[in-house]
Amino acid sequence: MAGAEGDDSLYPIAVLIDELRNEDVQLRLNSIKKLSTIALALGVERTRTELLPFLTDTIYDEDEVLLALAEQLGSFTVLVGGPEFVHCLLPPLESLATVEETVVRDKAVESLRKISQEHSPVDLEVHFVPLVKRLASGDWFTSRTSACGLFGVCYPRVSIMTHTFESTLITAVMHFRTLCSDDTPMVRRAASSKLGEFAKVLELDYVKSDIIPLFTALASDEQDSVRLLAVEAGVSIAALLPQEDLEDLVMPTLRQAAEDKSWRVRYMVADKFSELQKAVGPEITKNDLVPAFQNLLKDCEAEVRTAAANKVKVFCESLPEDSRETIIMTHILPCVKELVSDTNQHVKSALASVIMGLSTILGKDNTVEHLLPLFLVQLKDEYPEVRLNIISNLDCVNEVIGIRQLSQSLLPAIVELAEDAKWRVRLAIIEYMPLLAGQLGVEFFDEKLNSLCMAWLIDHVYAIREAATCNLMKLVEKFGAEWAQNTIVPKVLGMANDSNYLHRMTTLFCINALSEVCGQEITTKHMLPVVLKMSTDQVANVRFNVARCLQKIGPVLDSSALQAEVKPVLEKLATDQDMDVKYFALEAISGMYLFNLPTYIFSETFSFSSILFFFFSFSLSP
Amino acid sequence: RVVSSPPALEMSAISASEKVDGFTRKSVRKAQRQRGCQGSSQFAASSSRPAAPEISALPQLKDASSTEQHELFMQKLQQCCVMFDFYDTVTDLKSKETKRATLSELVDYVSTNRGVLVEPVYPEITTMVSTNIFRTLPPSENPDFDPEEDEPTLEASWPHMQLVYEFFLRFLENPDFQPSTAKRYIDQKFVLQLLELFDTEDPREREFIKTVLHRIYGKFLGLRAFVRKQINNIFLRYIYETEHFNGVAELLEILGSIINGFALPLKAEHKQFLMKILIPMHTAKGLALFHAQLAYCVVQFIEKDPTLTEVVVRGLLKFWPKTCSQKEVMFLGEIEEILDVIEPTQFKKIQEPLFKQISKCVSSPHFQVAERALYYWNNEYILSLIEENNAKILPIMFGNLYRISKEHWNPTIVALVYNVLKTLMEMNSKLFDELTASYKCDRQREKKKEQEREELWRKLDELRLQETSAIQNNRHEIQFTYSNNNNNNNNLHDKDENPAAAITDRIESNTWAK
Repeated sequence: MAGAEGDDSLYPIAVLIDELRNEDVQLRLNSIKKLSTIALALGVERTRTELLPFLTDTIYDEDEVLLALAEQLGSFTVLVGGPEFVHCLLPPLESLATVEETVVRDKAVESLRKISQEHSPVDLEVHFVPLVKRLASGDWFTSRTSACGLFGVCYPRVSIMTHTFESTLITAVMHFRTLCSDDTPMVRRAASSKLGEFAKVLELDYVKSDIIPLFTALASDEQDSVRLLAVEAGVSIAALLPQEDLEDLVMPTLRQAAEDKSWRVRYMVADKFSELQKAVGPEITKNDLVPAFQNLLKDCEAEVRTAAANKVKVFCESLPEDSRETIIMTHILPCVKELVSDTNQHVKSALASVIMGLSTILGKDNTVEHLLPLFLVQLKDEYPEVRLNIISNLDCVNEVIGIRQLSQSLLPAIVELAEDAKWRVRLAIIEYMPLLAGQLGVEFFDEKLNSLCMAWLIDHVYAIREAATCNLMKLVEKFGAEWAQNTIVPKVLGMANDSNYLHRMTTLFCINALSEVCGQEITTKHMLPVVLKMSTDQVANVRFNVARCLQKIGPVLDSSALQAEVKPVLEKLATDQDMDVKYFALEAISGMYLFNLPTYIFSETFSFSSILFFFFSFSLSP
Repeated sequence: RVVSSPPALEMSAISASEKVDGFTRKSVRKAQRQRGCQGSSQFAASSSRPAAPEISALPQLKDASSTEQHELFMQKLQQCCVMFDFYDTVTDLKSKETKRATLSELVDYVSTNRGVLVEPVYPEITTMVSTNIFRTLPPSENPDFDPEEDEPTLEASWPHMQLVYEFFLRFLENPDFQPSTAKRYIDQKFVLQLLELFDTEDPREREFIKTVLHRIYGKFLGLRAFVRKQINNIFLRYIYETEHFNGVAELLEILGSIINGFALPLKAEHKQFLMKILIPMHTAKGLALFHAQLAYCVVQFIEKDPTLTEVVVRGLLKFWPKTCSQKEVMFLGEIEEILDVIEPTQFKKIQEPLFKQISKCVSSPHFQVAERALYYWNNEYILSLIEENNAKILPIMFGNLYRISKEHWNPTIVALVYNVLKTLMEMNSKLFDELTASYKCDRQREKKKEQEREELWRKLDELRLQETSAIQNNRHEIQFTYSNNNNNNNNLHDKDENPAAAITDRIESNTWAK
């Protein structure tokens, strides 16, 4: 037709096909990622009649391309002409759902689930349900695996809207049953992981008569990878059943899972314990879950103990109120006491991250008598992570007994962490400093912790110095400007005369952080003279940081100081022989609107290479 | 089935009820003991029952009269079912030594005596072996265990376990061994548990299991299909789910010899195994650990049935590593192994896609990749194949070779490329001259094409911008259409309103059929 006339706007569309077929995978991938653009250019009809068939045929491509395709098709409804045509997307997605690569398949299933919501109930029954059945009875395990994920989304809407829902549903259950007893463990794993979701969309009668046997079978599968997935299904199912059925229908199986010979299954039970507790309610929790939880806390594998230790607080919190304290004191606390001196650091660390939460549940007296000794032991633990976890949760205890009770043991622990050889540990403790300072009060802080905070300023790791700077700012926010002026400002300013240029720069960084919280008076009177003096520093890095600092503190200063003191210094720096110094001086001048500089000066200096150089030198300097 | 269920099962049932209530001193002591023996689920499970009964040495088998020997043999087998905790190095020392000596004696007994394998000992032997070796493997002590870098965690109870494996092997290899009797005990469930053990971190144990499985595969014809299927499942889980299994190399080694014995023509099942499992296995992260065994299996297949060459090579090309140079070198090695045995007719079928990839490898900035690919030209047989098909291969290779002969940073590569170019020139100097002459034009054409692509996408993006606003405006109408299907007039892509459709409409609609 018009193609022969050489109209420029036509050429691209003809090339689109070549783009999708490009030999270079990367280019092909790019094209697929912009598939919606192509579809848009083609219009809905040609997308349906030409693009989609083409895509269905290219299924034997690189997995990466297929993944992008599977994702794109999930949001293609509009591009094929809206919900009434959405079923056109099923053939390519069906093929993608049979691919071996798991990520592609999962994405295809995700997209199918998404577009299933855009089908009308009739379309669902006519197009979608047959697809699920085809996948569920596919030859190769991949299609059967994919099918497992689709039962949960398509049946609820079919069953409500159509006359034949009863028979549809019965076949669905039948198909799912076949999948649950599939020959390959891959399919059984998929079925096991989707069982809970499927149960949720079924009537309670079906759950009792059909799903429970499937659950029981999967939970005693010969492969532990199947059994462990059944645990989660069990939790979902338990949440659906009325209280009186729980004991007969799911509890025997769940009890068995908590004592499974495979640690992976027990781990899963520990990991899902809070959900389980919620699903079965207070009575069963008291009778069954408490002993089960004790066993998990005493499990022989550290992995299981770690998972269980993580749940201690949530489990205790959700115990029925009438017997909560008794259960904790007689059953849980003894286990916790043992875990405090566990041989595995991950177990102790998990416990340390939640143990403080028990104090709010148990109240003051119990905390002092039973928990405090445990906190103190953990504060002295050989692993820094354990100590850190305790310190990071101090606020829970503070509410109940006040932090002073702990302060004697706290201090050595903090000091030790503050000097830990690993800088990440030091970083972590710095982050808790403002919190600690708030709880310990200004006196205690000045006496014991202030020197630590100052010592971090000259740490040999830049990240620590940076965090220390930020920490000072937060402390001043807490304790006020007057405190700052008396305690930290003199020390910070003193570092301006240090022989190490990195320490001199730290002074500048501190001033950047502190000027605003300290206010105009302190900044102008005490900080500004020091900054100005440093503008003649022999190290260029210091000088350009002076320029940056001046720009930063400019808003805090009054305009007379700006004009009289800052301006001449910046002007001088703008003629510095170092190009970075020049750059930042000019940047500061224009940033603060000190002068109406002709733009050419700025653009001349603002060369790209100088920025690159700056980033380079800056990243090396710490 | 009694035989293959390890006593650990029953033990945990006992201990469970015992564990329900708490905090007696005994349980505290128990918990402390449990902590001491982390790392082996088996012993941890058994440690929650009362301590292992002390076992005392029975008289030597060789000293017993032939009538008593059988009874004594059975007793000793039962004695060896008692398990000891090897993480606890202080208790039960004497009993441990007694069991070790007994096992050692049993190994001797089954390997040197004839006529001892009477029917009643089969279940006893399988029970003893199952009790000792079948267990849930403990979590790895090092969660980021890297088999290439880290030392494996060794099985603590090896002093006993090694002898159990040894004994089991001697039992299977005994000339009196009757598979028809044994198959009642060494059944599918037994084999399945054995296969799971291949995941052990201890290479010594894997070595033994490998030999054991090999013997079982050889002697139990009825289990063969089952074993193959379960290995498939393990591999599929490894490739697509966990990417973690310690015994892949050992399993592949067994498969190598199994493939060797396949009858021709190959069954569909075996071809499927090649294409759906062995080839995708090349994508695994840990390929370096088992690549030699994997490549051996693949080459075995091609040697059995040369018609598989094309699908195999195309499969490898599909999974060709994109970022991992180390793997790329392995792939090049495997391709060379395939080329070593390839039939010239098969070579013709894959030469084009294959040499496009080799051409890319030759120009890889990673010199080991480039070097490995260039080494192909030292292989006489490959060289003869290239020569035979030079009219096809030369144009594919020329561009990249010519370019890197000028650009590659590594002098060794440049020297190698120079030699390769020389070889190619000698093969067909006329074609070589033509290619040299057209090199520049070709590059320019490529550049132009690239520019056109960019232009195309720029236009498409512009179109999209226009469209987006149109979609925004029409969105509520789509919702409306969904709830009320009668109202089709206001459809979003109504041609009158849609500039994109207006453009595309004029294009001949058969472009897709190309």
